[in-house]
Amino acid sequence: MPVLEVKNIRKHFGGKTPVLQGVDFSLDRGETVAIIGSSGSGKTTLLRCLNFLTTPDAGQISVNGETLFDAAAPDTQREREIRKKRLHFGLVFQNFNLFPQYTALQNVMLASELLAKERPDYRQNKKQILAGLRTHAETLLQQVGLGEKMELYPHQLSGGQQQRVAIARALALSPDILCFDEPTSALDPELTGEVLRVIRGLREQRMTMIVVTHEMAFARDVADRVIFMDGGVIVEQGPARQVIERPQCERTRQFLSSYTSI
Amino acid sequence: MQTFIEQAPIVIGALNTGFLQTLKLFFITLIGALPLGLIICFGEMNNWAPFAALGRKIAARRGETRFCRFCSWFKPVSLLIKLVIWVVRGTPLMLQLLVIYYFPGLVWKNNVWGTGETGRFVASAAAFIFNYACYFAEIYRGGIQGVPAGQQEAGQVLGMTRGQIFVHVTLLQMLKRIVPPISNEIITLVKDTSLSRIIALQEIIWAGQAFLKGSQGISGAIWPLFFTGVYYLLFSGILTLLLGWTERKLDYFRA
Repeated sequence: MPVLEVKNIRKHFGGKTPVLQGVDFSLDRGETVAIIGSSGSGKTTLLRCLNFLTTPDAGQISVNGETLFDAAAPDTQREREIRKKRLHFGLVFQNFNLFPQYTALQNVMLASELLAKERPDYRQNKKQILAGLRTHAETLLQQVGLGEKMELYPHQLSGGQQQRVAIARALALSPDILCFDEPTSALDPELTGEVLRVIRGLREQRMTMIVVTHEMAFARDVADRVIFMDGGVIVEQGPARQVIERPQCERTRQFLSSYTSI
Repeated sequence: MQTFIEQAPIVIGALNTGFLQTLKLFFITLIGALPLGLIICFGEMNNWAPFAALGRKIAARRGETRFCRFCSWFKPVSLLIKLVIWVVRGTPLMLQLLVIYYFPGLVWKNNVWGTGETGRFVASAAAFIFNYACYFAEIYRGGIQGVPAGQQEAGQVLGMTRGQIFVHVTLLQMLKRIVPPISNEIITLVKDTSLSRIIALQEIIWAGQAFLKGSQGISGAIWPLFFTGVYYLLFSGILTLLLGWTERKLDYFRA
């Protein structure tokens, strides 16, 4: 059974040109999918729909067979429940969006601390729970190679380090599916490498991931599958190497040729 | 006619009493206006639009009409608060003091403020709190809207509630942004308290001016009035240091 099933997602803004015109895809556990396509093709909007930052006009989203969102069923769209449903997904933003007033460690811990407060046994076992969360956060930061930088504030870190903190922060809540929205587009080539290495490491641990990216070599080498989007629909999808090296559609070929011609 | 040395203790005593009233009005205004401003700010940012759903329905069926635009524009709470802020910021504080103090007694024939110094103080406090809250509300709004949308989204994606996002993510970043403009307002407030002289609140200007006309055996003395400036200068100096310290305290992060 697929972890994620997306059916017929449609979205238009302000009654004008539609951004998503019916997107269907599914994702197996442990699979890494790269979404490629030119700007304005709807990649980011699709990720935002999955994370309930944007409400689709039509379509369904199911995780582990449970329907999380159905545009036709208003009772799946209540604010309180949406909050819990978001926890199935993690999102890493293009420009990190770390909380500037917290250290790297506090950034990673904040959400889990707040969630822990809702546990019935929080008051009795407060110390233990917080110690557990702290250890978990420290482990995650070590995993992304920032064991030495835990007490630093975001402005004291490089872009690549900030993005790695953001990845650790998204992992802290153990999402079923981790989404990346152009995670390296705000970084120079040197820093891009260290972030991509972390994502590669997650793939080796069989994390289920959706990566929107402009790094074609990375998509080819790390993703299991590549989805090419254009004009709000999926134009082509298939095994990563095949889509990038031997695209079937004319539009995909056109898009990819703009990369090789530079 | 006494000498300056003879006048000084009497004058300083009276100015101290007056300045105590100035300080009371200053602090009461801050205690009331800082939180009230936040409430007004939330009201102004309230997005309740009762006809929005209707407008969307019509737009989907017949396209975007002028009526649809009206439906999404019509946010009663926000509009009402905007109107109030316009009136409060658009008229002199002195006029507001006069209206608030005299209106109940002269028009309703019921002087809710009572007579005497207490009544004048309560009326002044009401006028100052309301006036400053409206300015603070605009500063807060700027502070909140200045925090990038990505910060809220990051909180949402991490499963935080709207309240948690405000308290744990937005608030401190907003505070950092608003310290300079709020400092400006606070320094202005120190001197604006003297406007309550117009309804004869016995603050420091009133106390200094009394020696012009004659009080406690001193008359025609202009120096007490000029000397009130020293009090304002010292107090705003202390505040400047304090606010600068607050600004530095929030310097540990960049937003």
